[in-house]
Amino acid sequence: MNWTDEAIVLSARPHGESSLVVQLLTRSHGRHAGLARGGRSARARAAYEPGAVVEAHWQARLAEHLGHLRAELLHPHASALIDDPARLLCLAALAAVAEASLPEREPHERLYAATRELLARLEEGEGWGETYVAWELLLLAELGFGLDLERCAATGATRDLTHVSPKTGRAVSAAAAAPYLDKLLPLPAAGDLAGWLRLTGYFLGRHVWAERGEPAARLRFVDRATTSGVSRL
Amino acid sequence: MSDLERLVQLLSKLPGLGPRSGRRAALALLKRRETLLEPLAAALAAAARNIRACSECGNLDTTDPCSICADARRDPGLLCVVEDVADLWAIERTKSFAGRYHVLGGTLSAIDGVGPDELRIPKLVERARGAREVVIALNATVEGQTTAHYVAERLGETGASVTRLAHGVPVGGELDYLDEGTLAAALKARRPL
Repeated sequence: MNWTDEAIVLSARPHGESSLVVQLLTRSHGRHAGLARGGRSARARAAYEPGAVVEAHWQARLAEHLGHLRAELLHPHASALIDDPARLLCLAALAAVAEASLPEREPHERLYAATRELLARLEEGEGWGETYVAWELLLLAELGFGLDLERCAATGATRDLTHVSPKTGRAVSAAAAAPYLDKLLPLPAAGDLAGWLRLTGYFLGRHVWAERGEPAARLRFVDRATTSGVSRL
Repeated sequence: MSDLERLVQLLSKLPGLGPRSGRRAALALLKRRETLLEPLAAALAAAARNIRACSECGNLDTTDPCSICADARRDPGLLCVVEDVADLWAIERTKSFAGRYHVLGGTLSAIDGVGPDELRIPKLVERARGAREVVIALNATVEGQTTAHYVAERLGETGASVTRLAHGVPVGGELDYLDEGTLAAALKARRPL
């Protein structure tokens, strides 16, 4: 068994003296792990930093084996973000959320493309907060828990949508929400990054992280978004 | 389990050694009982008995506070924050830092579940109140730099100036062989010549 694919490094855990167990988000093979021998060497280490886009070569005797991984660095996104705490936290959250949420070896090509787009936005430093929220909304949709925020679940109205049903993930208009305000989640305003992170975090927590809990890296990112305000992000 | 098996098992847990090299190390020790095995056993016993983590900086030494913290010639207003003792030793080898250290004991790690509470940050904040400058010397990795920014934020309340190590081309490094990230960081941090 072997394949070559473009991939984004999500994490790299030390294994023995010189190797790494690497988690990748690949374009056509989904989230995939592999053992990178010599991955801790000074020359190879940069290819296994979270956010690095690599050409990955994976090989194993049987498909269910962990397999050996070799990665050639195509683009190291992390180095451009290293001086910016908010963007670095966003990158760490992205990698941790993808690793904690996606099932292994299930292709999600749309999500891969969205992740590349988000990494590009992070590097440019423009519009990355909104792109991150869109990425989490797409993640929910790819996992089968997409939110319907286009029309009111009760009346079908497409305007004046103010809340979201915590049960169905569908939008609710102000008029329909009035009797149930204490039970519904607020639909954040367009630029309210912290509000959107709370909303996607609620559904990811309910459907995806029920057993493992929210990744610590995302908690730190949300904390910063909440305390610093959108303008500083 | 025999004494020999126990020795091999323990040796094979050391970094860089496996069961096979553990057996070779055990045999080498037993062949040189008086010149190697007994002095090593005595050194290990002394280390276990005497070496402690410094209550001030987290360095390992036989005294508490450690010899670096107790050295009056070192600048108490200059603190260097490192991840672990191996990093402290690396900076000491340069002989170019005359301040004191603070060993965090790790970095924020999503994989290993290390959060701020597991690191020695409150003690650092306490020490930084009396410092002029805090140099953050953590790894140039996502985890290292995420921790660096977190520590810098926590140190904001202390009034100390917070700096970090430069990122760039290593001495002896050939540009052609450097990864794009290091080269980009070096370009960003260029200095007048």
